[in-house]
Amino acid sequence: MTFWTYRRRDNLVGYLFVAPALLGSLAFVLVPLGMVGWYSLNEWNVLGGTFEFIGGENYARLLADEKLRDSLVATAWFAAGLVVLNLSLALLLAVLLNQKLRGTTLFRTLFFSPVLVSLVAWTLVWQLMLQPEGSVNGLLGVFRVDGPNWLRGETTAMVSVVVVQVIKNVGLNMVLFLAALQGVPAPLYEAAKIDGAGAWRRFRSITIPLISPTILLTSIITIVGSLQVFAQIAVLTQGGPGTSTTVLIYYLYQQAFQFHHFGYGATISVLLFVIVAALTLLQWQMRRKWVLHES
Amino acid sequence: MSRNVSKRNVALYGLLCVLCTPFVFPTWWMVTSSMKPISEIFSESLLPSEWTFSTYETVFRMQPFGQQYWNSLYIAVVVTAGTMAVAALAGYAFARIRFPGQNALFVVVLTGLLIPSEVTIVPLFQMFQSLGMTNTHWPLIIVPVFGAPCVLAIFIMRQFFIALPPELEEAARMDGLGRAGIFYRIALPLSRPALGAVAIFTFLHSWNLYLEPIVYLSTPDMFTLPQALTQFVDIYGGPMWNVQLAAATMTAVPILVVFVVAQRQFIEGLAHTGVKG
Repeated sequence: MTFWTYRRRDNLVGYLFVAPALLGSLAFVLVPLGMVGWYSLNEWNVLGGTFEFIGGENYARLLADEKLRDSLVATAWFAAGLVVLNLSLALLLAVLLNQKLRGTTLFRTLFFSPVLVSLVAWTLVWQLMLQPEGSVNGLLGVFRVDGPNWLRGETTAMVSVVVVQVIKNVGLNMVLFLAALQGVPAPLYEAAKIDGAGAWRRFRSITIPLISPTILLTSIITIVGSLQVFAQIAVLTQGGPGTSTTVLIYYLYQQAFQFHHFGYGATISVLLFVIVAALTLLQWQMRRKWVLHES
Repeated sequence: MSRNVSKRNVALYGLLCVLCTPFVFPTWWMVTSSMKPISEIFSESLLPSEWTFSTYETVFRMQPFGQQYWNSLYIAVVVTAGTMAVAALAGYAFARIRFPGQNALFVVVLTGLLIPSEVTIVPLFQMFQSLGMTNTHWPLIIVPVFGAPCVLAIFIMRQFFIALPPELEEAARMDGLGRAGIFYRIALPLSRPALGAVAIFTFLHSWNLYLEPIVYLSTPDMFTLPQALTQFVDIYGGPMWNVQLAAATMTAVPILVVFVVAQRQFIEGLAHTGVKG
């Protein structure tokens, strides 16, 4: 009997295989997270070269910061608008493309294409189209509607950022929904038809429950993704007008890398982490309760 | 009956065409306006009155655009290859090999899902600065391959390997193949659909990265494309829109062409993984 039994060699291979991912997680995720926590307890101005332990002062500042409150409101509107619009549009498109119709592949390609246009390129194009004299208002003018200066009004800026982001990425969720719809067994619909269920009823009582795992998956991806939206804000509105589109990650960037307040920036990072973690865990919990079937 | 069906189809086509406009028009507008003189950028016409390609020359004159293109491309390729390797190895081990401490280690790796890399940008910047690695491409490569962005890929690969029938591996083991051989010769070739999906979204993620480049990189020859696109300004700091659009077109069109050619595998690969993951 040698020392290197199959079992032992297997263990060794297992550790070797997970080593890169594990070391990476330690070096680039967990240790930095600990450092974020430590920085948040310090006053650290990079330009001034000051680094001083101040305990919970950054957190007190966080609670009293009105801009942060604005930023949380903006983040909530952005995330809610994005998720609702993205998921309902994705589902609508998937249902339309799931009809027996020639040419759906072409339309699927067209709806998906913005996913592949480079993000900043896409945003720049929309920035121009949303100018007062741009294409969007040109189109509205055809219908005798006087379009606003989209990126300069607080509400219209938020609407613009949400819509631009939804059109960019809705294709991904559409494809996931399409795959899920194609997995719903057709006999279920026929049986319901015989029982006299209308189209809406069949959609609500058969389609929705059967694709609920996909709805959950897409909503997790979309909500957590919405908290990471940075480039679009930076290019389209720079967080403005005022603070109306300063989502949390943009505020974090401003504080840390424009105003060089690393300590306070780290404190905002802690808040961002708490929100992302809470949302993710909440959704995993909901998965147990609400999702119909789990493979 | 058939009249009703065709009426319904016409209505469906109409609806699809209307819905499709905001998805298609921006790309069309980007390409055509990049060839318009700047005075026509806000004109209503769908095509330029005279075609000009001078904007495309200006792109290369104003910035080391070829170099920036290469930067984005090679970073995305290296990150994609690296992520595929790390995720396949870890995903396989977590799915198929039993070793002590496995579950705890998996939880450690999974925490990356709760901690997007934006959360740790301040200490990561500090770390790379103290290593003298700011204004290099290292942070844009190492962090995505080994850090939080890789975790989703690991998760997808693990889900795939769990669903793989074990009989294949047992047969190979009977034939005397070791664990590494089983992985490399049996499991890895079978995982191509999942690897393909991982490759697609990793490439796009790296290609679109914006926060990290503007935090880490400071000289134009190191810039990546998303960052470069916002730098086309005239001497007064006003944006040169038609030049921006020419650069944007060159950034977007090659990927779109690849997609149209390979779109079936592309979309189905993504959908497949999405349902399983």
